[in-house]
Amino acid sequence: MAKYLLLKHYRGAPAPANDVPMEQWTPEEISAHVQYMRDFADRLVKTGEYVDGQALAPEGTWVRYDGEGRPPVTDGPFAETKDLIAGWTMIDVDSHERALELAGELSAAPGAGGRPIHEWLELRPLYPASPTAPECHAGG
Amino acid sequence: MDETLLRSLTPSVLAVLVRRGADFAAAEDAVQDALVEAVRVWPADPPRDAKGWLVTVAWRKFLDATRSETARRRREGRIDEEPVPGPAPAVDDTLQLYFLCAHPSLTPSAAVALTLRAVGGLTTRQIAQAYLVPEATMAQRISRAKRTVSGVRFDRPGDVATVLRVLYLVFNEGYSGDVDLAAEAVRLTRQLAAAIDHPEVAGLLALMLLHHARRASRTAPDGGLVPLAEQDRTRWDTAAIAEGVQILQAALARDRLGEFQAQAAIAALHADAPTAEETDWVQIVEWYDELARLTDSPVVRLNRAVAVGEADGPRAGLAALAAIDDSLPRHTAAVAYLHERAGDLTTAARLYAEAAHKAPNLAERDYLTRQAARLNSRGRH
Repeated sequence: MAKYLLLKHYRGAPAPANDVPMEQWTPEEISAHVQYMRDFADRLVKTGEYVDGQALAPEGTWVRYDGEGRPPVTDGPFAETKDLIAGWTMIDVDSHERALELAGELSAAPGAGGRPIHEWLELRPLYPASPTAPECHAGG
Repeated sequence: MDETLLRSLTPSVLAVLVRRGADFAAAEDAVQDALVEAVRVWPADPPRDAKGWLVTVAWRKFLDATRSETARRRREGRIDEEPVPGPAPAVDDTLQLYFLCAHPSLTPSAAVALTLRAVGGLTTRQIAQAYLVPEATMAQRISRAKRTVSGVRFDRPGDVATVLRVLYLVFNEGYSGDVDLAAEAVRLTRQLAAAIDHPEVAGLLALMLLHHARRASRTAPDGGLVPLAEQDRTRWDTAAIAEGVQILQAALARDRLGEFQAQAAIAALHADAPTAEETDWVQIVEWYDELARLTDSPVVRLNRAVAVGEADGPRAGLAALAAIDDSLPRHTAAVAYLHERAGDLTTAARLYAEAAHKAPNLAERDYLTRQAARLNSRGRH
């Protein structure tokens, strides 16, 4: 059992095969795409593998501490940001192979012309909880 | 009210319902309903016979559910087919439940979830919290698991090894949420050991007790990992160690060695050393040889190499590690450690940092990063 994050990028991922921006799809194609994502999540709940799924707005702000008693400094958003995350789906699966299989399914979401986008998704494992046993003599 | 006692009655109550002819999935739901009812009613009105009470209430819940299901099917004009009560199985019922919940047709995560609910008596919500997934996801995982085993005959003996693997997985999960899965695994393994006389069941119970005994000393106040050699041994639970050693000795005396007994023997040798320096590494290496013979696991060979490094010196350990696939988890960490022991601190620091990048979990990553930082900052104090 391991959790994985399937990351969808606005920008930064390699170009997909069906690379037509969404605003140039037909409304029906957009609906079909959204429905595909919903069905995918529903199916994962039914298989007992769903953890979470969220979409992120593209506009972000950089924030940092600016010293005692001062308000945080903010900056951005930067138009030149190369990598922009659009959202994620988190899954809890029995194997890495299963995670690959599901990412492949999600990447097949339909786009322009109703054909799969072949979108590149980034698959990132979460660190699991530290095991109870056995201690590694060297590591801990 | 003692919730652990209540939950310990779960498998036998469930078995009574199944023996009376209820199908497993419906019986399991009914027992869960009865447990919830018990938590509500018992504090004000404790029953004299806890198990009898649970059987009565669970059976009533089962009949209610069956009746409404039958009525629904009648309304829908479908033919009612009630299961014919089968003959009472001769084998121990609790044991049968363990076999069913660890059935080989189930994936590991499904077997774990079903075992915790049907044998452990935990609620779906508790299991979901422990594994950090939504309750709806866990509910589906459990109901799929129940469907998967619905055709399995309840009276056939299963393979103890599959049950042990499931319990070991639960134990290894540690804990998050309000359920202590390690403690739950110990309880379920203890209950299994009472139901079946098997040296490997005893071996796993001993292993769990010996590891669990050291838990308090394994984590620093800041949450960091404390390696075995640096643990405060006065914080080890000596009663649990004594029990683990005793169970292990009785199992070993039967001369049917298995993987868990060998692992427990290694854990016992660690537990037995008053200080880290007094650890009997020569005997530990011998046990790793046994374990390698039993499992042929590369992880075992890796741990053996580290033990060789302690028994015969870091150079011998590094030579043993050189013969092992360096892509194995913790291989780099082991090489780093032995380089440090050998006095090559610069190499050790570099390798600790590299090992941190490849660490299999956050606690180990932080630990290894700190090891690298410690060596890199030497002479700066």
